[in-house]
Amino acid sequence: MSQPKLSLEDVRVRLGKAELIRVPHLDVLEGEVLVIVGPNGAGKSILLESLALLHRPRQGRVLFEGQPVDGRELALRRRMAVVFQDPLPLRRSVADNVALGLTLRGVPRSVRRQRAAHWMRRFGIAHLARRSAMTLSGGEAQRTNLARAFALEPEVLLLDEPFSALDPPTREDLLDDLSVALRETGVTTVFVTHDRAEALRLGDRVAVMMGGSIRQVGTAAEVFAAPADEEVAAFVGVETIVGGRVQSLADGLATIDVGDAVVQAMVPDLDYGSEVLVCLRPEDVVLELAGLDSHRTSARNHLRGTVRRLTTVGGQVRVVLDCGFTLVAFITKRSLEEMNLKVGDEVVASFKATAVHVIPRGT
Amino acid sequence: MDLILDGIREAFRIMASGDYSVWEIALRSVIVSGTATAIALLFGIAVGATLAFNEFPGRNLAFSLVNTGMGLPPVVVGLMVAIVLWRSGPLGDFRLIYTPTAMIVAQTVIAAPIVTGFTAAALRNLHPQLRSQLYGLGASRLQMLWLVLWETKLPLLAAVMAGFGGAISEIGASIMVGGNLAGETRILTTAVVLEVSRGQFAPAIALSLILLTLIFIVNLILTTVQQQERRS
Repeated sequence: MSQPKLSLEDVRVRLGKAELIRVPHLDVLEGEVLVIVGPNGAGKSILLESLALLHRPRQGRVLFEGQPVDGRELALRRRMAVVFQDPLPLRRSVADNVALGLTLRGVPRSVRRQRAAHWMRRFGIAHLARRSAMTLSGGEAQRTNLARAFALEPEVLLLDEPFSALDPPTREDLLDDLSVALRETGVTTVFVTHDRAEALRLGDRVAVMMGGSIRQVGTAAEVFAAPADEEVAAFVGVETIVGGRVQSLADGLATIDVGDAVVQAMVPDLDYGSEVLVCLRPEDVVLELAGLDSHRTSARNHLRGTVRRLTTVGGQVRVVLDCGFTLVAFITKRSLEEMNLKVGDEVVASFKATAVHVIPRGT
Repeated sequence: MDLILDGIREAFRIMASGDYSVWEIALRSVIVSGTATAIALLFGIAVGATLAFNEFPGRNLAFSLVNTGMGLPPVVVGLMVAIVLWRSGPLGDFRLIYTPTAMIVAQTVIAAPIVTGFTAAALRNLHPQLRSQLYGLGASRLQMLWLVLWETKLPLLAAVMAGFGGAISEIGASIMVGGNLAGETRILTTAVVLEVSRGQFAPAIALSLILLTLIFIVNLILTTVQQQERRS
C-alpha cells in the first residue's frame, strides 16, 4: 500500500469566530489522484491551500512524508505545484510564464527552456510561446497554467477547480490532456472540484467535503454507490457505478463486460478493450418481476438480479439489487405495492443503452 | 500685454545666455525633488505593501492617515520639518536647516504619502489569489513582492509621476527649511517667488517655463513607458 505523501492531522482553520474547516485526519497517498468534491463553500479550497502550505493552520499539523512541515514551508512548496481556477498569467510571454516556477527555483536557463518547451508541446501551446500571456483565451491561459505546473516536475500537484470557468468543449479537451499527463507522470495529485463527472474521471479516491469537514473518503465507486449519509447522497446523487471493459463496438453501441454481467451503452470515441466506469441513475431503471418474459421494449439492457434491500426515501423506494454488481433503482410506493416486491425476490432490471453514462478510465 | 511678451522674449534670452544661474537652479531642483521622490518610492513601496497585504487592527486608520497625508499642506510640512531641524530642535545638532538635505527631507514628507497611497491602491487591486499563486509556484516572500511590484509597474509609474510632481511644484516647505539661499538652496519655485517679489517678471517666466518643461519631460518619459508596457 502507498505511503502518505501529505497528511493533515486535526487541522482547523478559522476566520474570526467561524470555523471554516475541521479535518481530524486526511492522507494523500503517494502517486494517487485524490479528488476533493463538494458543493461551493464547503471549504475545499481552504483545505487545498492548507495542503499547499499557503497558510499555516491555527490548529493542527500538516505532515509531508510523515514529518511535520514546520519551518520547511518554502523548501517543501518548491517540491509542489498549485494550479488555481484563474490562470493569473503574468505580463510576459507564454514561454516565460511556463518557466516562471523554474526561474523562482534558480534552475539554469537551458533546462528552463527545455522543460518549458516540452510541456508547452504537451499541452498544445507551443505555437503561442512568444505571445504575451495577457492575450490568451481562457482555455489557452489554463493550458499555460497546467504547463507551468507540470514543468516543475512536482512531487505533489494541487489543482483547485482548474476547469470550472471554461466552456464544456474546452473543459473536455483539457480534462483529456490532464488525465493523460497525470497517468504518465504518476504525480501525487489533489484535485478540488464541485463537478462529479470530473471526480469520477480523474479520482483514484474521492473525498466528499461538506460544511468544512470531510464526510466520506473512498474509491469513486464506493462513494457514489454508497454515500455515507443523506447529505452526501443528495450531493453526489445516488448512482450505480461499476468498472468494466469494452468488449465490442458496433455503430457506437458498446458491449461492456462488468464482471458477472454485460451492459450495452452508447459510447462514441472509445476503443476496444478500454477500461471504463459504467454509471446509471436509479430513476432510469425499470423493474419487473422475473419470469414474465415480456422484455419486448426498446431498452437494450435486461439484467436479472435479486432484491437485497428496500428503503423508503421521500415518496420513492430505493431498491438495491444484486445483478452480479450492485445496481440501484428507484420505484414508486405504488409500484412496490402492486409488484408486492420483497427482499430476496428475483427481478429483471431494464434500462436503455442511452441512459448509461460511460466514463473512460486509465487513458 | 507688452509686459507678458517682453517677459517671454527676455526669458528665452536668459535661458540661452544662462544668466541668473537658471540652469544651476533647475539642476538643483531636479536633484532635490528626484532624491526626495526616490526615497518616497522606497518608503511608499514598503508601507504600501504592508498596508495592502496584511490584516491588522488599525489598518483602516492607517489608510485614512495615508490618504490625509496625500493632501498635506506644504507649509505645514515645512513648519514641522523646520521645528525638528532647527538649531535648538531635536535634530538641530545635524545642522541641516537651510541645506538641500533639509529640502529633500521636507519634499520626501510631501511625496511619501502620495506614493504610498498609489502603491497600496495598486497592490490592493491585484487579483486576491495572485500572491497565493506565486507562493504556490515556489516564490519566496521577496520574490513574490518583486513579481507583484513588476505586475503593478504601470500604477507605480503613476505614483512616481504624482510624487515627483508634488515635490518639484511645492514651495512653502522648501522656502521654510531651505531659506532660498542663492547658490545653495535656491530652487525653481523659490526663485520664481523671489523674482516676482522683486518685480523681475522675465526671469520668473524663464524659471517657470523651465519648471513646466521639466514636469512635462518627466511625465512624457513615464507615459511613453506606460504606453509601451500596455501594448506589450
